[in-house]
Parts: sequence; C-alpha cells; structure tokens
Amino acid sequence: MLPIVLLSVFGIAMLFLGFMKSRAVLLPAALLFLLVAFAASFLDWNHTYLYFKGMLLTNNLTILFSAIVLLSAFMIVALSGDFLEDENAQPAEYYAIMLFSLVGAIMMIGFENLIMLFVGVEILSVSMYVLTGSDKRNLRSNEAALKYFLMGAFATGILLFGMALLYGAVGSFTITDIKAYVLLAKGGVSLLLYMGLLLVLIGLLFKVSAAPFHFWTPDVYDGAPTLFTAFMSTVVKTAGFAGLLRLLSVSFTDIYNFWWIILAAITVLTLLISNLTAAYQTSFKRMMAYSSISHAGYLLIGLVALGQQSNGALAFYSLAYSLATISAFGILILVAKHRGTEGRSGESYEAFNGLAHHNPLLAFVLAVSMLSLAGIPLTAGFWGKFMVFSAAVEKGFVWLLVVAVLMSAVGIYYYFRVVIAMYFRSSETERIRVAPFYQIVLITATVLTIVLGIAPGLVQKLV
Amino acid sequence: MLTLTLILFPIVAALLVLAVRSEQTKQLAFVAALAEFGLAAYAFLNFKADTTSQFGFDYPWLANFGIRFSAGIDGVSILLVLLTGLLTPFIILSAFQRKYSRPNVFFALILFMQAALIGVFTARDAFLFYLFFEAALIPIYFLAALWGGENRIAVTFKFFVYTIFGSLFMLVALVYLYFQTGTPGVPGSHSAAIVDLYNLKLSPVAQGWVFWAFFIAFAIKMPVFPFHTWQPDTYTESPTQATMLLAGIMLKMGVYGVIRLLLPIAPAGVDTWGFTAIVLSVIGIVYGSIIAIRQRDIKRLIAYSSFAHVGLMAAGVFSLTENGLQGALVQMLAHGINVVGMFFVADVILSRTNTRLIDQMGGITQHTPRLTVYFMILLLGSVALPLTNGFVGEFLLLLGVFEYNNVLGAVAGTTIILGAVYMLRLFQKTMFGKKTELTETFTDVSASENWVLIPLCIMVFWIGIVPNTFLKLTEPAVANLLQIINQ
Repeated sequence: MLPIVLLSVFGIAMLFLGFMKSRAVLLPAALLFLLVAFAASFLDWNHTYLYFKGMLLTNNLTILFSAIVLLSAFMIVALSGDFLEDENAQPAEYYAIMLFSLVGAIMMIGFENLIMLFVGVEILSVSMYVLTGSDKRNLRSNEAALKYFLMGAFATGILLFGMALLYGAVGSFTITDIKAYVLLAKGGVSLLLYMGLLLVLIGLLFKVSAAPFHFWTPDVYDGAPTLFTAFMSTVVKTAGFAGLLRLLSVSFTDIYNFWWIILAAITVLTLLISNLTAAYQTSFKRMMAYSSISHAGYLLIGLVALGQQSNGALAFYSLAYSLATISAFGILILVAKHRGTEGRSGESYEAFNGLAHHNPLLAFVLAVSMLSLAGIPLTAGFWGKFMVFSAAVEKGFVWLLVVAVLMSAVGIYYYFRVVIAMYFRSSETERIRVAPFYQIVLITATVLTIVLGIAPGLVQKLV
Repeated sequence: MLTLTLILFPIVAALLVLAVRSEQTKQLAFVAALAEFGLAAYAFLNFKADTTSQFGFDYPWLANFGIRFSAGIDGVSILLVLLTGLLTPFIILSAFQRKYSRPNVFFALILFMQAALIGVFTARDAFLFYLFFEAALIPIYFLAALWGGENRIAVTFKFFVYTIFGSLFMLVALVYLYFQTGTPGVPGSHSAAIVDLYNLKLSPVAQGWVFWAFFIAFAIKMPVFPFHTWQPDTYTESPTQATMLLAGIMLKMGVYGVIRLLLPIAPAGVDTWGFTAIVLSVIGIVYGSIIAIRQRDIKRLIAYSSFAHVGLMAAGVFSLTENGLQGALVQMLAHGINVVGMFFVADVILSRTNTRLIDQMGGITQHTPRLTVYFMILLLGSVALPLTNGFVGEFLLLLGVFEYNNVLGAVAGTTIILGAVYMLRLFQKTMFGKKTELTETFTDVSASENWVLIPLCIMVFWIGIVPNTFLKLTEPAVANLLQIINQ
C-alpha cells in the first residue's frame, strides 16, 4: 500500500517541480521517486496484508508484479532524456501522469474488491489516453488518442456492466465473497454471474489487447510517442494480466469449465491473427504493436492453464517481455530520431540497415531483445515461454502448445527481419550518438535478459 | 568436471578472442582450439569402455522444475566430443590464408559454436540438450550470413527458420515427456534427466507422436529427404569454415539426437514408423548421389554427397541393429574428417582459381603433387575404399540396413557405386585433363595448408586400419542402448 500513497504524493510533488525554472531537476526527481516506491514496495515482503478495509491485498505475488511494473516504469523514464531538449514537451506533466498511472496499475495488481479493480483500470487508462495524445502538434498522435479514448471508454462501460451483473448475482464486490458464492451455489450458479464474468473478461481483454478486441492496438501504438508506446505495452499489459490472474484464480476456479473454453478460443485467435499480421508489416513500430498482441496470446495460455505454475510463469513472462520490449522501443526512439527522413519517420525496417556497423552495441542490444521476444534459448524470453508452455502441458493442453509453437516459428520470421537489416544490410548513415545514461539502461536490460536466460531460477525462487 | 571445462573453455576463449582486435586473433583462437583438443584427447584416452557416464558434473538449475545442469561423456558421445575437439583447430587453421573482415568476431563465433556443440553431445538433461541444440544455431547463422556469398541473406534465413521450426517440435515433445515423469499433476516431482525419460512407459500412440516430433527436428538438421532443401544452398553460400562446421559437426547433432533421444524414448514409434524413416533415408541416398553427379559447382557437389552420406547414417540408425548403430557412430567421426578435408581442398582450389565451376578447371595435378595426393586420400576415404575410414562406417551401416531389410540394403548399397562415380568424376575434371587459363598458375599447398591436410589424411588411414580403437569405446554403450530399446 505504501507505494500507492508514495506515488500519489510524488505525482503531485512532480507537478510542483514543474514550476521550477530548471528542467534538469525533473528527470532525476522522477527516477528518485520511482526508486523509493520500488524499495517501499518490498517492505511488505513475506507478509500478507489487507488494506483500506479489505479493498487491497499485498502478498509476495502482488509485490513481485508491482516491482516488475515499477522497474519497467523506471527504465522507461530513464530513457526520456529527450524531453529536456524538446521545447514542446511538458516533462513535469508526463512524469506526474506516469506516476499516477502506476497507482492504477498497482491497484489492478492487488485488488480485493471489484471497485478497486475498476478504479485502477480507469486511472491507468485515462493516463494512457492523455499520454497517447501528448504530442499535440502531431495528427497521428491526436488520432490515436481519440481512437484509444473512444474505444477504451466503450470497453470500460462493458467492464462496469459486467461488474454490476456480478454484484447482482453475488451481492458483494469482494472477490472472496464471489468465490464463496460460486462454491456454495455449485451447479446452480446464477446466469447473471456467467454474463457478468463474460463482460468483465471482455473489458479486461480489451485492455491487454487480446483478439478480437485488439483493433485499436496497432494504430494507437503507432500514433503514440514511442516512449509512451513502450509504457503502454509493458506496464498496462503486466498490470492487466496480473488483474486477470487475480480475478480468475481467486474467484472463478470453481467454474473453470465455463471460462477456459472461451479463453482458449481467444488465445488461439490472438496468436493466429497477431503473428500472421505481424509478418506483413513494413514498419518496425507496427510490427512491435502486433508482437505485443501476440505476447498477450502467450500470456493468455498461462491463464487458460490456470494452476500452481501460472503465478510464477506469468510473472516471469511479464518480466522477460517488459525487458525486451523496453530495449526494442528504446532503440527505435534513437533510430527514428536520427534516421528519419523528410516527411517520413524512421520507423520502417530500412531505418535499421547497417546499424551493426555504426553502432555495434545498439545492434547487439536490439538483437538480444529480438531473440528474447522470439523465445530463443539463453535469453529470458525462452524460459518465459517454457514456463507458460509447461503450465499448459501440465493441464493437458498439448494442442494449444502446438498452435503456440507454430506461431512462435512465424514470430522468428518477423523478429529476425530487423536483425537481418542491422547486421547484413548496409547504409550510408552515420553513427548514432547515445547518451551515457541511455546506454546504461539498455545494457542493464540486455544483461538482465541474458542473466535470466542462463539462470532463470533467480526469479523463480521469489514466487 | 572435465566436461564442464570442455564446455566453458571455448566460451572463455571466445570472449578473449573477441576482445583482441589485432592480427593475433587467429593465432589466439587456434591455440585455444588446440588446448580444447588436448582436453578432448585426454577424455578420449582416459575413457573407460563401459556404459557409465564419465567426467560428469551435475548442478540444480531450475530447482523447483526438477531441471538440472547436468552433462557427462559416455560411449555414445565420446567420439563426437573427440570429433568436435579435433576438427575445430583445423577449421580455424584453414582460415589462416584468407582475409576476413572483423576476424575477432569470426573466430569468436567459431569457438562459441564449438562450446554449444560439445554441450549438445554431452548433455544429460533433456532441456540442457535442447538449449545447446538451439544455441548452436546462433553463431553458425551469423557466420554464414555475415561472411557468406551473394545470396547469403535469403539462404541463411531459410536455413535458420527451417531448423528452428524443426527444433520447436522437439521442444513440444520434450515438454510432454517431462510431464510424464514423476507423479502426474504434482509439480516438482518431474525430471528432465534423459535417463528418466528412458524409463517412461508411454502408450504406442503417444510414442508415435513423440517419434514424429523428434524425427522432424532431427531430420531437418541431418538432413533427411525431403527435409533437405535448405542444405545445398546454405553449404554453397556459407564461407568455407562455416560449411565445415555445418557438414563436419553440426549435421551430426541430428544423428546423435536420434540415437540419444528418439530411439530409446520411442521404440514403439520406431517399430511403427521406422520403415518410413529408412525409406526416406534411402531415397535421400540415391537422390542425393544422382544430383551430385550432375553438379557443376564443386561446393554443391560435396554438399549433395554429404546429404547422401548422412542418409545412410540415418538408415543405419533406424535399422536398430548393433552394426547400424556402431557404424553410424564411427561414420560420424569418419565423415566429419572427410568432409572437412574435401571442403578444404575445394577452398584451396577456389582460392587459386576464383571459381567453383568444375568445367573451368583441369590439369591442376601438373603443378601440385602434394595436393593431388591429399585430395586422392580424402576422396578414397569418402568413397569408402577398404583401409580408409569411410569403409568401416559404411560397411557396418550397410550391414545394419541389410539385416533390417535386404531390398533396402541393396538400394542403399548403390551409394558406394554412385559415390565413386561423382567423386572420381570430380577428381578427373579438376585434377587431370588439359590446363585451362585459370589453372595455369596454380601453386601447390602452402605450409599452413599442409598442416590442415596431413593430420586429416593420417586420421583417414588410422581409423581405416585400426578401427577397433574407436569401435571398442562405443560397443558397451551401443549394447546397453539396444537393451533399453528392446525392453
């Protein structure tokens, strides 16, 4: 709970810092705030507490997910140095919104009451709408924000409707009460509950961009400033899946037979649509958007195969995915800025041509990140996939595994296109200058990816 | 501990090589590979011929998954460890004459590749095996795609996607098998130790699925007909050292995988589908040989010959006879030596004439007494002349296939005739006949080239004349394996 309070206070403090003359204070302050929140979240380690009259719960699992979210945010903020040079940017506001949005993310991770979940979803979503449109002069950004807002508001409505139906069936918003109701009413579960669950699932699946509720994703990811795209695809996804995991594993294990089929169908659909479409993209950024949808598919496997392994598998997968995605977008920001040509931003695959010759380090970082996303061994991504897949096999979903594996092979195709561009094609562009701090973040993400690839037990121990 | 050193030493050496950016990189890489060969030779000489796994180590890795970091050398792996240790110094030495851009990366990748290969051949945990199996692909991909020929990007990409696609099937099978061990549904009771997978009692239907999952993975690696389409292009487009690694060592990962995992885990699957597998392999032998006869490009010819040879190994392995298995193990060693030698000869010719087209050569032997002799010895090894290394393996393999099925054995036997046709044709067209413009100024092998070819030629005779040095090491392990299979 402490991180929630801290982040709220820090967010307001950030806004006040914005009044100061020097912009240079903002970035260090934001990083410091995140660091403090990260450390504070571990104060409850190995304890289980209920806060706010039983609205919010902290245990090791929720702390782990919060830590992943905070770490991702820390790295993304650390990559935001460009705002200080850009006259049009409003860094104080951005950082404040990011801090506030993390409050929402942590509420989604540890909710004990559906109202808390709803408030968390809304805090996070509204923050994202604003950040998506933050590049005020860019039409693409405006369009993306409007699209995201309209679709998101609709999804919120569905989510809320679902919760109302659940309340109608159970008479309580607390997820343990829902569990007790489902357990008692075995066989005679009210139809309202089924409808409610379905609508809540749709609302949440929209937020994590699973097919067929994914249509907003490519345009929004594409239109948003890349830094916020990175934020969206890591923080929102991790929080969304933590929320889904909590909801399903606490309340609805007793009607597993009802929802696994729906989720399994959505999983297969998500994997097929995202991977096949990603293979046709010409823009790296759009490819990453579809890749983000496909990873929602892999994470969904962990939910379909809900069991003892799911918690650890989803946490590890989220961490591996966040690390790889942050370094990929981090490099995209650099490349797009330096290699964009008149009237066309440098977000296509060609912009990466010959990167290995001019910036071997950047190329290596991006290559590791692609390997990890593709799930090649010795990277964290492999073990993430492995844990999710083995959870599926343990439950007997070998067919689901086969679909996932075939789609992983498609994934290798499009992830490697950028590796090919970097290493095997040449270009006449110059070396990209990288700020030292920027390098540290990228190297840290890469080192973590490799270390977790060689010794996955490090995180496994925590769960 | 020796095994751990064997795996880690090339990695450390590779990192060192990567850091050195002067002209000395190649010497450093060569010395490292030589030291590694010393370790492999030590293992070979001190290996006790029984069924145990020796020089091993074992650490918990993913503790709550029951996955262990465990590797060791037994009768099935000893020859392949020796092969990897033996060939790498020659592969590095063979690059001394050539100027490659960024040599530190080039040699470091070869050493990384070596570490991964040793890992594959020694892993005792199925997931460790998979990990190295995949990890070996990354360095070879970059070697082939960074220093390869004109078409390299498309060709190596096809190779990469193709082989990863195959291994993913193996991953599915491994995850499935892993959950069959221990008490089903109890996390933490499972084990991925290969020995534990051997003891599984799977239904025949399940074994059929496992068979195909493994078969596709390994058949693409070897390659067996019709999974071979990536191979000739990749061999042709890759730089010679990468081709040597691919043909000399990496394709053995497929044969080794069949022996190590497929046969003992899914014997009922082999019972049902083994015939299909052998037929495919035999088709590969004949088909590969016939295409080899028609080749005009010297590298493509060797590539297709390699495809034919490996088909025979696959057929022998699937025959499930002692002769077939023994033959495959010895032939893996022999073929590695021969094919590396052949590709090196091809590279020597290429470096002097700047062409790979056989039609444009001729009369080379008039300038090059030494090259002619080496080439002839390696060629005779390839066509399995008695007293050369190829004979021991091919004889045992054919015997194995004959024991399985006379007709298939007879068809497979044509490999010897067809092999002699394309090999002697190659020799005749390049070495004999009239000199052409390109071969006018041909110079004989240099000192460092000598140092590659002489030891390889010695090995050709050594294995051919005293095959027992090698056969007796693998014998108990093969017998033990057959006992597990026939249980």
